This record gives sequence, C-alpha cells and structure tokens, in this order.
Amino acid sequence: MDEFVNLKETELRLGLPGTDNVCEEKEVVSCCYNNISNKRALPSALENEIESSTRKTETSPPRKAQIVGWPPVRSYRKNNIQTKKSESDHEVQGSYVKVSMDGAPYLRKIDPSCYKGYSELLKALEVMFKFSVGEYFEREGYKGSDFVPTYEDKDGDWMLIGDVPWEMFVCTCKRLRIMKGSEARGLGCGV
Amino acid sequence: MTRDRSEMSEDDDDQQSQSQSPPLDLRSAAIAEPCSSSSSSFSVVDSTPNKSRNCISSGTLTSQPFPDHVLENVLENVLQFLDSRCDRNAASLVCKSWWRVEASTRSEVFIGNCYALSPSRLTQRFKRVSSLVLKGKPRFADFNLMPPDWGANFAPWVSTMAKAYPWLEKVDLKRMFVTDDDLALLAESFPGFKELILVCCEGFGTSGIAIVANKCRKLKVLDLIESEVTDDEVDWISCFPEDVTCLESLAFDCVEAPINFKALEGLVARSPCLKKLRLNRFVSLVELHRLLLGAPQLTSLGTGSFSHDEEPQSEQEPDYAAAFRACKSVVCLSGFRELMPEYLPAIYPVCANLTSLNFSYANISPDMFKPIIHNCHKLQVFWALDSICDEGLQAVAETCKELRELRIFPFDPREDSEGPVSEVGLQAISEGCRKLESILYFCQRMTNAAVIAMSENCPELTVFRLCIMGRHRPDHVTGKPMDEGFGAIVKNCKKLTRLAVSGLLTDQAFRYMGEYGKLVRTLSVAFAGDSDMALRHVLEGCPRLQKLEIRDSPFGDAALRSGMHRYYNMRFVWMSACSLTRGCCKDIARAMPNLVVEVIGSDDDDDNRDYVETLYMYRSLDGPRKDAPKFVAIL
Repeated sequence: MDEFVNLKETELRLGLPGTDNVCEEKEVVSCCYNNISNKRALPSALENEIESSTRKTETSPPRKAQIVGWPPVRSYRKNNIQTKKSESDHEVQGSYVKVSMDGAPYLRKIDPSCYKGYSELLKALEVMFKFSVGEYFEREGYKGSDFVPTYEDKDGDWMLIGDVPWEMFVCTCKRLRIMKGSEARGLGCGV
Repeated sequence: MTRDRSEMSEDDDDQQSQSQSPPLDLRSAAIAEPCSSSSSSFSVVDSTPNKSRNCISSGTLTSQPFPDHVLENVLENVLQFLDSRCDRNAASLVCKSWWRVEASTRSEVFIGNCYALSPSRLTQRFKRVSSLVLKGKPRFADFNLMPPDWGANFAPWVSTMAKAYPWLEKVDLKRMFVTDDDLALLAESFPGFKELILVCCEGFGTSGIAIVANKCRKLKVLDLIESEVTDDEVDWISCFPEDVTCLESLAFDCVEAPINFKALEGLVARSPCLKKLRLNRFVSLVELHRLLLGAPQLTSLGTGSFSHDEEPQSEQEPDYAAAFRACKSVVCLSGFRELMPEYLPAIYPVCANLTSLNFSYANISPDMFKPIIHNCHKLQVFWALDSICDEGLQAVAETCKELRELRIFPFDPREDSEGPVSEVGLQAISEGCRKLESILYFCQRMTNAAVIAMSENCPELTVFRLCIMGRHRPDHVTGKPMDEGFGAIVKNCKKLTRLAVSGLLTDQAFRYMGEYGKLVRTLSVAFAGDSDMALRHVLEGCPRLQKLEIRDSPFGDAALRSGMHRYYNMRFVWMSACSLTRGCCKDIARAMPNLVVEVIGSDDDDDNRDYVETLYMYRSLDGPRKDAPKFVAIL
C-alpha cells in the first residue's frame, strides 16, 4: 500500500536527495512570468523562496520546490491566515508584526522577512510613517533624529533596531515601536 | 431559505443559469454569428434585417390580426416579468419583434466575459439597463498563472454607460481592473446609484471608495470582497454623508487600512437599514462590542480582529457574549481574523441561529471547535481551515444536518505539508450531511472509497471540487489512481454542474466525465490525464461545458482540434503548460473568426517559439481586443 507512495523515495537518481527533477522542470516552465514582469508574480515566488531558504536553516529534510499557483489558494487567503495569537511563541514565517510610532494615530503592520536587511526595513518605515531615522552608530545608537526605531524581542526586551544580526532580528522581533523624544534618548545612548 | 450569496464569493458560479433548453446548434458554418448557449451570456442575433431566422415577417400584415405595435405593447407588459436571463435569451430569439421588446425591457444584464463584446454593443442593444454584472479575468489568474496588467479594465464600460444609462443602479464586478478614476466617474454619473459589489478586483484604493461613499447618496450596498484595495490613507468612512443613510450592506474586510472607528460607529448609528456588516481586522474586539450593542438588527456580521491588542488591562473585559446575545438576528458570521481562541465562546449565543459560518481565516483546533459547532444545528454554509481536522469534520457531520455548502481550506497551503484532513473527514461529511450541494475540499490524502461514498450519499451535489494538494497522488490506501472516485461523482451526482479534479488520474477518469458529465458547465483540471484522448472525451462528451480550465496536463494539438465544434458554445478555454503548438492555435484562430485566441507568455526564446505556454481563448462578437499588453499575442 504505502509501497506505491514511497517508490519514488527509493529510486536511484542523480539528483540531490529530496530534489525532484520533474518538479524543477515544471517550475521553470511555470515560473516564466517571474522573468517577464516583476510585479505580483514575484512576491509569491519570493515567498516560496524565503520559505524554502528559511527551512534550510533548520534541520528538517529539504523540501520540494514549490510550483507556481499550486495548490490553488488565492494569495489573499494565504496572506490572511493568521497564526494562533498566543503570548508565548511568535511564528515568524509569513506573519506580520505591528509597528507603532509615538504620536501616530494608527498602527501599521509589516512582515520583516519581506525585507533584505535593515536599510530596506528602515527605508520602508520612513516612507510609511513619514519621518527620518537618522544615522546608526554601533555604540551610540541613532543620531540626528528625534525618532528612534526599536523593537520588542521574544523575551519582552526592548532593543534598538540594528543591534543584532538581521536574521536574528527577523526571528526574534515581536513588534516594532518608533520612539520619540526623551524615551528615545534613553535607549539611544548605547545599549 | 435563501443563502447569503455574498458569502460564496470566491468561486461562485452563476448557479442560476442552469438552462433546461438545449444549446443552439452552431455547427453549421452557414450561420456566421456566434450565438451563446442560452445559459451563459445574452444571445446575439445580427440585427440587419435580411439575416433574421424564424421570423414572423413584419411585412406580412395580412397574416396578423393585430398591428405590430399593439402586439409589442402586450409583449412588453408580459416580458417585464421575465427575470431569468435564460428565459430572456430564449425569448429574444423568437423573432425580431420579440428581440426588440426583450431588449427594451431587460434591466439586468450579465456579461460572463468582458471581452466577449464591446461596451457599445451592450448599450446599442439594451436601452434600459439598471444593473450590470461583469466578469473579467479568468479564474486561473488568481493563482499567479497570468502576468499582471493583462486587462479586464472597467474604464471603457463605465465611460460608455455613463452616457447611456444615467439611471444605472447596480454594478457587480468580478476580477476586473478598476481604478479610482473609474469609481469617481461612476459616482458622478449615476445619481441613483445603489449597489457596488467588487469581488476579486484591484487597481483602486481607499480614495476611490471615499468618492463613492461621499457622492452616492442612495447607496444601499458597498461590498468589497477579496479585492486588493490600496491604502491611500484616506478616512473613507468619514466620507459618508452626515444624515441618515440607506446602507443595507457594508463589507470592507479586505481593506488593509486602519479605520476611523468613531466615524464607523457614527455611520452604523445613522444607518437604520444596515443588515450586513463585514469589518476589517483593524477593528478590535472591544470596538466590535460597542458596534454590536448599537446595531442589534444585523443579520450578517463579519468580525474584525478577534483578539486583544494590548496586554489585558486591569479593568474588566467587556462582556462579549452579552453583545452577541443581543444580536438575535445574526444568521451569518464570518471574520475571526487574528483569532485568540479563548474569546471564541463569546459567539455561543448566536450559534443556534446561524445558517452561515466562515472560520476560514481562523486557525482553530478541534478542541476549541467542537463545542461551538455542536450548537449550530441550522448551519447550511460552512467554511473553515483544515486545522479543525477530521475530528472537527466529524463533529460537523453529527450536528449540521442542513449543510448545503462546505469549504475546507488548507492552513498550510503547500504541496508537501502535513494535511490534517483526509478521506476520514470526507466520508463522515458524506454520511452526516445528506443535503450537501457544494463542496470544496483541500487535503493531502484521499481514497476512492470516500469519494464514491460521497457520490452515493449526497445526490444533491452540484459542485464537487476536490484538491489533493500533492500532485499525482493516488488513492493512499490502494495505490490506484483516483479515476473511480471521480467517475462515481459524475455518474451518481445527476445534478453536477461544476467539477474540479486532482490526484493521480488517467484517461479513464476523463472517459467517465465524457460519458456521464452531461450537465457539467465548469471543469478544472490540473496535473491529470495521460494523453489527448482525455481531453477529447470531455470535449466530445460534455455538451453543456462552458468553462474549461486546464493546467500542466499532457494535452496537445489533436485534442484541441477535436473541440472546434464546441468553442463557439463556450465562454472560454484556458490551457497552460500543456503540449500545444502555436501553429495549431493559429489554425484554430483562422478557422474560427469569432474566437479570440490569446497566447500568453514569452516567445523571446527562439527555441521555444512554437511552444504555447498559456492559451486563453474565448468567443467574441467584436473581434480581438485593442488593449492587449505586449506579452499577449492574439493569433
């Protein structure tokens, strides 16, 4: 019974274990739109790439490359399935963290894993909240602005954005807060 | 027992158009103009006098006892009562006189493919349209199988109608590209405008919505469903007029932008007719509580965020259950974004009344789910994530004896994810919910036995869509292809009009479809079949087939050619990543002048010049469209 299903696994092939040649071929064919236009087709492929690359850092077995548009679930739906909101764990994959700015009326949400690094993230925040973040110095923190970007990590500590390596930040940040004024200065002077 | 159709937003078909009259035979090449099968779009007959058929000639007055205009008046009075578009299409073909009268009395027009005709053709034929339903992109575009900016622009439609139908009241669009300018033009051009429904649309933002809110003073329905709405940072809720509104339905759950809650509260308070309200996730549970207390007349509610934002305050938490208890009329419940399951019991008071429940954005475990569903005896429509597991489905089967529609979506929509639902859940549903009419089921494991059981237990099925997420997966118990299961579905479910297949399927499955699927109108195929014969079975055997969408299946030119007698009677054919050549598509385009044959994809690669990545073809009365982007070649 199960034999039929697992035949492929015991097949002798030249490819790397866990890769599926048929699948890759089809992916090339089905992914052609990513080359034509880099608008909406790309994010889903990028999403898949990020998923498969973050998976590689764990010790789980390598996953099949994902086919475009399969399974047929709309991106709207995929993006809106929220993980269980609990106080303990915060699932990072494809989920959003809240961003608040002191003085701004509404919260925004971003997905940190969408960005390649701190500069992209900070630029996006600057655009979103229409402020500027100043310059980051390793010892002194941010200078040249009243605003300081901070985040809350898994342990509940408030840290300065930029202090830890980017990958660690993406995994541990729970929410962002752009502090202003005196509070900001407190954090800004060296961590 | 009317179901809330707005819930069935994703892939709902035009269920109403189940025509009993046979499709018109268009095989004879002598008839130059394509006629629809009477069920999908309005039928067309060339209006030049010498091409009419079966006509009681208006010249032969001696054979008629009454002058024409009297007859036409009588007709007009009678045809006013004809609502169904199938009936109207049939009536319009009786003779030229009936054609004229029908055209002048049709107030609701349905256009299943916006490129089947031009806006001016619409306004030339129908003079008194007050309601338009218009569909654009093909469904597979939802799954990134088509580059953006393909088309389906609302602009030419709204600008033509602005001049022709100033009395327009309702516009219902699906998969169309709508800009803020289009919305502005709509708001300005139609003073009596009442209903705007945008399903799976994009291209506009909150600024366009603000204009509609502000200028359409008679607005009753503003439903934004699964559309992409850009956040222009406009407080559109505040743009509704200050006085009492006519609002009956307001759905903005897909608007990814914060909401001015105070303005929303005020709006709800001055909308005494408001029955349906679907909030977005920027409305907190606390705010929902306040809204509910002020709007006990609601029948349909989409909650916002079902969780607590900040750390729980020391003050007492609002009594959410009491707020729900006050909503005695709520029969339809959805939302539950950002769910904190511990708050779910608040909805207990309304469960017994619910006919429709949508948990499909909520990751709910079986333990949290079962106590709730055990109260929902009247449930007819149920959408959920597979996180409820087979166990949850068994609970549904035990309690929801009135279930008509079930949709189970994957929490982890990847091919090789775990998959907590299986044939066990499907079997349970088939045994418990005998009245089931429509099912969409995502899973990782399935057996023929369970699918056969469903075909036997649920004779009312009209829609059967099974998605076994791992490609080419056989019956996981027997190892056999899924042919027998799907074969049983087409054979036993005599009312079946829509079918989506998956899993390991040979040509045999398609042989069954061709033999038994006589009422099937919509067929979705992916990664299935062995040879051209499969597609031929379907094209030759399914006379009602209207919409055919196929991806990644080994069907080639011979199969495509075998369907030429059908394509004028279909709304569209989509084939991507199959084995078609450009040459064959060109041949078909040449042979069928009223068919628009679009080949989408890069042909930069000279080696692959003849290979067709995506074929999208559809009948059209007005020839190829003029707005095709560079990556679309119209053959």
